[in-house]
Amino acid sequence: MKWSSFLVIALLGLMCAAPASASDDTIRIGAVFSATGPASFLGEPEKNTASMVEEQINAQGGLLGKKLEIVIYDDETDVNKCVLAVDKLLKKDRVVAVVGPTVSGNTLAVKDKFARAKVPLVSCAAAEKIVRPLDPWVFKTPQSDRHAVSRILKHAAAQGYKRIAALTVSNGFGQAGRAVLKELVPAAGMELVADEVYGPKDTDMTAQLTKIKGTAPDAIVCWGTNPGPAVIARNRVQLGLDTPLYMSHGVASKKFIELAGPSAEGILLPAGRLIVAGQVADDNPQKPVLLKYIADYEAAFQAPVSAFGGHGWDAVNLVVEAIRRGNSAEPADIRDNLEKITGFLGTGGVFNFSPEDHNGLDESAFEMVVIENGDWKIVK
Amino acid sequence: MDFASILQYLISGLTVGATYGLTALGFTIIYNTTGIINFAQGEFVMLGGMFSVFFLNVTGLPLPLAVAAAVAATVAVGAFIERCTIRPVKHPTLIQLIIVTIGVSIVIRGLAMLVWGKDTFALPAFTGETPLRFLGATILPQNLWILGITLVLLAALKRFFAGTMFGRAMLACSHNKKAAYLSGIDVQRMVLFSFMLSAFIGSVGGAILAPITMASYDRGILLGLKGFAACILGGLGNPFGAAAGGLILGVLESFGAGFVSSAYKDAFAFLILLGLLFVRPSGLFGKSAATRA
Repeated sequence: MKWSSFLVIALLGLMCAAPASASDDTIRIGAVFSATGPASFLGEPEKNTASMVEEQINAQGGLLGKKLEIVIYDDETDVNKCVLAVDKLLKKDRVVAVVGPTVSGNTLAVKDKFARAKVPLVSCAAAEKIVRPLDPWVFKTPQSDRHAVSRILKHAAAQGYKRIAALTVSNGFGQAGRAVLKELVPAAGMELVADEVYGPKDTDMTAQLTKIKGTAPDAIVCWGTNPGPAVIARNRVQLGLDTPLYMSHGVASKKFIELAGPSAEGILLPAGRLIVAGQVADDNPQKPVLLKYIADYEAAFQAPVSAFGGHGWDAVNLVVEAIRRGNSAEPADIRDNLEKITGFLGTGGVFNFSPEDHNGLDESAFEMVVIENGDWKIVK
Repeated sequence: MDFASILQYLISGLTVGATYGLTALGFTIIYNTTGIINFAQGEFVMLGGMFSVFFLNVTGLPLPLAVAAAVAATVAVGAFIERCTIRPVKHPTLIQLIIVTIGVSIVIRGLAMLVWGKDTFALPAFTGETPLRFLGATILPQNLWILGITLVLLAALKRFFAGTMFGRAMLACSHNKKAAYLSGIDVQRMVLFSFMLSAFIGSVGGAILAPITMASYDRGILLGLKGFAACILGGLGNPFGAAAGGLILGVLESFGAGFVSSAYKDAFAFLILLGLLFVRPSGLFGKSAATRA
């Protein structure tokens, strides 16, 4: 009894003492990832990557002569837990910058807190709304839908396609893509001849494809994440449609090829260079970064890399880069120096931040790939 | 709108509708014996698909054996649910038992997520994936399997409930438990059997659907909902009505997507369902409520 109460008091003492004693020789960055819950396939590799980068930097002597500490919380893909975690990071842990959250909804829910706290946020979520309209304290690393759509339309224009059919999923991802398609297709001088929608859990899209077939498009653009697009790929083969099919970067994972099977052959999509790192031209400056990240991650976790872990790598390293370039770990200095970063070689692309652009990427962050013999192949 | 497109919508609708109809059949069996709406019915369909993938990929059984093993495993789950969650309820009221099935469905879904993860899995088609052409429309061999097996199951159930003593004994349980008991029917055994039978129907459905719809831990929610709607549409308690209700719902959705807008296809089908229920509250093929009292 006595011993156990002593232990509890000692532990409590340690818990209170730990944050206070760490402030002088440690630079503390916060992170919120959806390591569990529905978005765990995004958040878990991000969390792994952040811990890995933390170890690497400390093994190389730390940051500005201090130890780097990344305080990681799991929001369980729950927006309420995300808000609590961010409050804790800003008020209790007193971090100098925050990376994450993993998903767009959570990021949008917390982003206004950062201007008030005067701490910069580098999000790992994709939605364009995170950086448009621009919030001086909020940045993001994943490529935007706009860049993916422009990359597709550039390829389509080169083939001489004029009539585009859109088939999008009725969730946040699909509807964001649909809005951008509706804006950019006419802007590129093409015509949007069909605008069909399917539900995220639908299992048969032959009705939509039959309707699209009736409008005789030159190409179909499908915007969704697994498993819907795999069903669409199969339905397209079933209907004998030979109209070219573009997918979004949302299916740029091996799972899509596995689900769609032989029906995936010939499908085109824009993808970040991480999944085709081996095929990237040797003179591409990103190549060494990609190969090193892949080797490090696979050695540390015995699991294949995904583009999502790459977003986490970019976010942590951009903050570290801002601290190094400015030689300061003050939150306001980190923000200012993030905006000055140009030519940063990340896994998602070459980042060129500016006071007007807090994503720092453009359509060149994507390679156009085609699925051939069950694997990706870069389209020259 | 040309003829080939209309035919294609019809084929799409029948395929999707068969999936609803199969789920609806399972609802019917348990309802007919116990009066319970089993909201875990969609999970039986999910388990049929997921167990098939598991036995095929992990234990390496050939496809027909994997499907058979999946069906057997799901039937065991059905029996387990009845013995461990339905039977122990003291002085049960219908609403309590229905709520129990909702709880069971959440538990099964959670366990499936923990064991198999959140990914979607594909099952190979039974007899190839080369589409068959038919008057300008196309149909997959697997679609024929689905429609054929649905019809066979339906005919067998019809015969079982109307033509065999065992089936009639099950029906008797739903009409009046006490009277059935007094006339020598082992009510508990009938209830157990109804859960196993509906797990059987659900898992057969799940296994034959998996090559087209693919399998994942959360597949059961939507199927359960649509299957229930199909039951209501066809008239609760009538196997023929359940299957027909499923097919009608599927065809409505497909034509809704084709002629109105794919964004509103679910709303379209449910609007027609609502409209029908205002006119005929007992469903298309249901007996009027008065005879059931």
